[in-house]
This record gives sequence, C-alpha cells and structure tokens, in this order.
Amino acid sequence: MFLCVFFPGAGGGNDIQWCFSQVKGAVDDDVAEADIISTVEFNHSGELLATGDKGGRVVIFQQEQENKIQSHSRGEYNVYSTFQSHEPEFDYLKSLEIEEKINKIRWLPQKNAAQFLLSTNDKTIKLWKISERDKRPEGYNLKEEDGRYRDPTTVTTLRVPVFRPMDLMVEASPRRIFANAHTYHINSISINSDYETYLSADDLRINLWHLEITDRSFNIVDIKPANMEELTEVITAAEFHPNSCNTFVYSSSKGTIRLCDMRASALCDRHSKLFEEPEDPSNRSFFSEIISSISDVKFSHSGRYMMTRDYLSVKIWDLNMENRPVETYQVHEYLRSKLCSLYENDCIFDKFECCWNGSDSVVMTGSYNNFFRMFDRNTKRDITLEASRENNKPRTVLKPRKVCASGKRKKDEISVDSLDFNKKILHTAWHPKENIIAVATTNNLYIFQDKVN
Amino acid sequence: MSAEISEAASAEEQKEMEDKVTSPEKAEEAKLKARYPHLGQKPGGSDFLRKRLQKGQKYFDSGDYNMAKAKMKNKQLPTAAPDKTEVTGDHIPTPQDLPQRKPSLVASKLAG
Repeated sequence: MFLCVFFPGAGGGNDIQWCFSQVKGAVDDDVAEADIISTVEFNHSGELLATGDKGGRVVIFQQEQENKIQSHSRGEYNVYSTFQSHEPEFDYLKSLEIEEKINKIRWLPQKNAAQFLLSTNDKTIKLWKISERDKRPEGYNLKEEDGRYRDPTTVTTLRVPVFRPMDLMVEASPRRIFANAHTYHINSISINSDYETYLSADDLRINLWHLEITDRSFNIVDIKPANMEELTEVITAAEFHPNSCNTFVYSSSKGTIRLCDMRASALCDRHSKLFEEPEDPSNRSFFSEIISSISDVKFSHSGRYMMTRDYLSVKIWDLNMENRPVETYQVHEYLRSKLCSLYENDCIFDKFECCWNGSDSVVMTGSYNNFFRMFDRNTKRDITLEASRENNKPRTVLKPRKVCASGKRKKDEISVDSLDFNKKILHTAWHPKENIIAVATTNNLYIFQDKVN
Repeated sequence: MSAEISEAASAEEQKEMEDKVTSPEKAEEAKLKARYPHLGQKPGGSDFLRKRLQKGQKYFDSGDYNMAKAKMKNKQLPTAAPDKTEVTGDHIPTPQDLPQRKPSLVASKLAG
C-alpha cells in the first residue's frame, strides 16, 4: 500500500503516486523528423515549460492559475508561445551542414515582466525575449486605425493616443545571437549564478560569454590535442555550480568529471578536482569505455552533490569525494547482456539525460520502451513507469512496470527482447518546487503529477 | 610435470569459461568479435571520436561541377542515381542531388 504525501517538493519518506495529467503532440505513429523533441526545461518558477525539437522550433507552455474550485488538480499547461528558434544552415567553407535541432534550452531567472531563455543548436546560441502585450495604443493623431497615414492637411485637432486593452499576445524576439565561437558541436549551455555570464561547451572546448556581449567570448577549457591522432576523449556535458559563480564541471566520454575553478587561472585546462570511479581492469571489455561515457551531468539544487548519467546507470557524487560516487543506481542493468546488438543498432550511443526533484531527494532518468525510472535517495526504492497514451485518464495512478531480465516472465512483466528500442525517453524535467514532471517520448510530451488528496 | 601443466591448462580453461559465464559484457564482446573480426582494438579511440566530430560533413564541390559543365557543354551531365544518399566525388553532383535544407514552415505539433 502506498501512502500519499501532500507537501510539495518532497519525494522522500513515503512513496508518491504518479498520475497522468496531459499529453501534447500528434497521435500518429509516423513521426516527422522535425517533430522529434530534443530538449525539455522548466523555468525557475515552474510556471513555464519549454521544449525544443529537431526542426529548430521552441514551444513554451504556461501553467494556468490554479482553479480554486477544482482543488484536486494543479493547473494545466497550455501553449503560451511558439517560435522558430534556429534554421538549417550550410557552412560552405567547411562543407558542413548545420542542423537546426535545438540541443539545449536554459531559462534565465525572471528580472522583469519579460521572460528570457537561451536556446542553442550545434553552432549558435540565441537569447530570446518572450514578452506579453495586452494593450495597444489607439487614436493616433496622424494615422487611421488601419495604419494608413492621414492626409496632414485634414488634421485639424490634436489627439493623443490612449492605451486600450487587447487580447493577450505573446511575442518572442531574438535579443542576442552568439555565433562563430564553436568549431565543434555544442552539447551544453549553462547560466552562471551571477546571472550575467554563461558557458557553452562543444566536444573539445568550453567558452564563457557575457549575456550582453555577442562579439566576444573567452575560451576557458581546451582539450584539443596538438595532433588529432592523439584524441582520446571528448567533452560530453558541462554545467556551472548553482551557487559558486567561479565553479563549473565538465564530463567526458571516458566517464570522468572535472571540476574547475575560474579563479585559479584564465584557462582552466588543469582541473581542481577529478571525479573518476576506479575500474576493475579484469572486467574491461570492448564496450567498457562506450558505456562509461557520461551523457549528462547535473548539480543538485543544494550544490553539494552532482549526478551523472552513463549508459546503464545514474551516479551521485559528493563534491568532496573524488574517488568514487556516493550512490549508484542501475537504470536498466538487463541491457548489459544485449550490448552487442545495442552496438549494432547504435542505441549504445543514445544520450540519456537525468534530473533532480526540487528537494534533491529523488532523481529521474529515461530508458527504452517509453519507460522512465525514479530513484528515491532516502528510501532507496525505485520505480519504473511508462509514458503511454493507454494510461491517459487524468488522476488515474500509473501502474509500475517491471522488466523481466531472464527466466520465467511473470504476468505483467515485459521481457527484455520485447522492449521497443525506438521508443526512447532521453529528456525529462522535474518542476523546481512541485511534484510535476515533464517526460518527452520521441514526439510527444507527457505531463504527470502526483495524486492530490 | 606433465600433470602440473595439464592442471594449469585446465585451470585457465575453467577461468575462461567462468569469465564467459559470469560476465555478460565479455560474452557480448565475444559475440561482436565473432561477427566483425576486423573491428579495431581501441573502440573508444580516435577513429570513433573523429567520426563523431565530423558529423554533418557533406561534399559538393562547385568547382568540379562547373568545370565538368564547361567541359561537357552540349552533352548531358551524368546525374546521381535517385537513391544515392551520400554525394561524393565519383560522379558530378548537381544542386538537385543535395538534400533540401529548408526551415520548418509548419508549426510544431506540440502547439496544436
């Protein structure tokens, strides 16, 4: 029997019951490439939820104000704004096709009435301003209502325009374009806690930008070897510390994380800390390095811990301990005996992301077959849930799923061989304060909430 | 003496068997090596990484195209087979052969 916990943001103690809330996107199975969701991110208040797709488009959802009468559910997320962030480009000089796919979206904390976010594709980062317009000036002296200019000789009196209310219009406009700073493909952007600077990371370099300055960025990490033949690892993700504006981390394809302090030197090629779990050399196989590649790194909200995701597991590291993670959670260990076919169909290179809940007590990550997993760090219990339209009755509690690794399959279990490896959940996001999660399947966005009452 | 050697040999065999039994990863590795005997020794090494860094490379040489056009004048330019996905220097590519790179004019279905 599960107990229902009502205080928001908590995940520990008693188990949460997750319910379907909404699903966005087309129902048809034939997925256009442009509709593949490539990033999902809540803003700092959780009121806004942004998605980016392979077609370079951004869709922002806004949570409606809670309905006081219907207190059994939190506000729904409805479309607030949508715009084309990036377009496909061709670099003629390098004969290189530049995809418009949005790799990451990061929100700035709100400073005034407008909202700001950074969105990036492989080469260019853009700062977008999203603002509301709910009134417009009417009664111009020199213009007709339809915009045509009046014949000035017919103007005999002076009229001052007055602002009148209008239907809410949400406008997105690009305020800054940060281009031409990356030779390789951008995998991460992260806004500093100073709210003035941010970093962008590609396979071999990390640059530091000021949000106001587009014609200049500082290179703070460069791991490109003098001879490319000697290349052994690439940068896979990077993030600024949530509180210390001088600290950031970056992960590598070899499973290491380096913590750098920008006060130490201008070029942070020498790390301050190196986080690496020692490997038993007798266990090493052809796949070892590939599955140890870190696909995502996220600091806890507290800043005390960081979480990394590699192909088969999620690891929690204490920033004070470099030689091993403090917690390791197996996401889908049953895939270890399928690595050969996963290498052949390229799934072994899938980049899963991970996220923390608001209180850092539960972590979540995606898997195959549209399954996603949550690990409660306090109770040490985990759960597997499925994002599927079959469960889409609001307030119906989701049924936990179980994968049968070998042997006799129990009723309601799924065998490893029946898993659909085309249905991957790579991107998930957790509301910063409440138990509301956004889970992206290939082309649909699911929103789940914990059961209220 | 020979008894010792045969003992050592069988101990090694047993460890190998144990490895295959206890490590699913090593069993998968054996499967892969059986299917692709020429697979490189260093899987995470530079070849694989360099391929990753080169993502997005497309080859259309306008110089080749224009020179060929000038040479051939009246003759028909050989065009790519319709199902060719990669344009290389083996034939004269035409701008029509390159996949179209158009921005999405359609709104996202998430906003529908």
